Amino acid sequence: MAERLKPAISTPNGAGYPARPGGRVVTITSGKGGVGKTTTTANIGIALARLGRRVVMIDTDIGLRNLDIVLGLESRIVYDIVDVVEGRCKLRQAMIKHKQFPELYLIPAAQTRDKTAVSPADMVQITDQLRPEFDFILVDSPAGIERGFRNALAPADEVLIVTNPEVSAVRDADRIIGLIEAEKKDPGKLILNRVKADMVRRGEMLSPTDVTDILGISIIGIVPEDENVVPSSNSGMPVALNESSRAGLAFRNIARRLCGENVPFMSLEPSGNILQRLSRLFAGGSNE
Amino acid sequence: MTGFFERILGRSKDANSALKAKERLQFVLVHDRVNISPERMKSMKEEILAVISKYVNVNGGELEIALRQHDRGHNSLVAEVPFHKAIEAPEDDEEDDYELPMLPGDATAETRPGRSIHELPPDLEA
Repeated sequence: MAERLKPAISTPNGAGYPARPGGRVVTITSGKGGVGKTTTTANIGIALARLGRRVVMIDTDIGLRNLDIVLGLESRIVYDIVDVVEGRCKLRQAMIKHKQFPELYLIPAAQTRDKTAVSPADMVQITDQLRPEFDFILVDSPAGIERGFRNALAPADEVLIVTNPEVSAVRDADRIIGLIEAEKKDPGKLILNRVKADMVRRGEMLSPTDVTDILGISIIGIVPEDENVVPSSNSGMPVALNESSRAGLAFRNIARRLCGENVPFMSLEPSGNILQRLSRLFAGGSNE
Repeated sequence: MTGFFERILGRSKDANSALKAKERLQFVLVHDRVNISPERMKSMKEEILAVISKYVNVNGGELEIALRQHDRGHNSLVAEVPFHKAIEAPEDDEEDDYELPMLPGDATAETRPGRSIHELPPDLEA
């Protein structure tokens, strides 16, 4: 562990190890698509900004950009990451400031190009430019294990792996963990998204413990299924801004853990009405 | 009516599908991680059996070879080979004692870098 605290030596291949001075590059990835990577990135970014951290998010899903729309910034894009790489603009010009948080920025993906327009070395170069000015550089990875994933992984100091409690998503997460390991990076931390407490309790859904047992990595977030998430995306106001949302709370807790705070995991049980609570009580009493 | 009570009690016909999911995942991941399919395991078992059978009397049905994972990246192959008695060594080829028997085909398993089964410490299993 002590080795990781030594002064950083910049490596041209972007191994990102040991960690460099300045901001941390945190890559959010999943393998499988549709598990909530972009929603997670947006919400962690917002939650970190709420904690007063300087944050820049990079959408590396070139050709299928979405982080801009989840954050409500889609109408303000002038330049994108490919413009930066190909020298059509300065890095600063491609950074879109969030309306509510002056120290939260987005570097959008290009919509009309493909993943080969950016290389892993480009990503290392861009994040190195950003490190002195930010506390967190969040990299939203595309689904898959090809070039886009390689681009997102190259500059990472830390990796957050988003998955759902479903067999296919967990299997893909395991594959990602293997690829991260092969890059000699730290194993990454798990975010289990869309957990339905009722189903877990009935034995119909893998529990957070089941998933961490299977994958053998530590968990940094358990996000309950929450009907507030879709309307939040609809309006471009991530659920982390919603004080009453349980998913929002889970994302805010992840941000606090990333900042080094020891935050206990919240209870999976939804508050529910009296009848639901009573039925749970009976169900609990009748087991075994 | 039973459906109603089951709902009240929080039971359902899908109860324990989570357990099934966990078991299926554990099986598939142990093979994913070392990049060896159950089919390839089977052919390895057959070749090992062929080699062992040169030295001891083995009933093929009793040979057990399992892939075990202690944690991520620490895998071992565990073989249990019950046998009846050794086969007498032929007396006329003493110099062959130092040679490994030639195997038919290529017995090398493809493994990911850093996760190779060849790099396993041999003492993981008692």
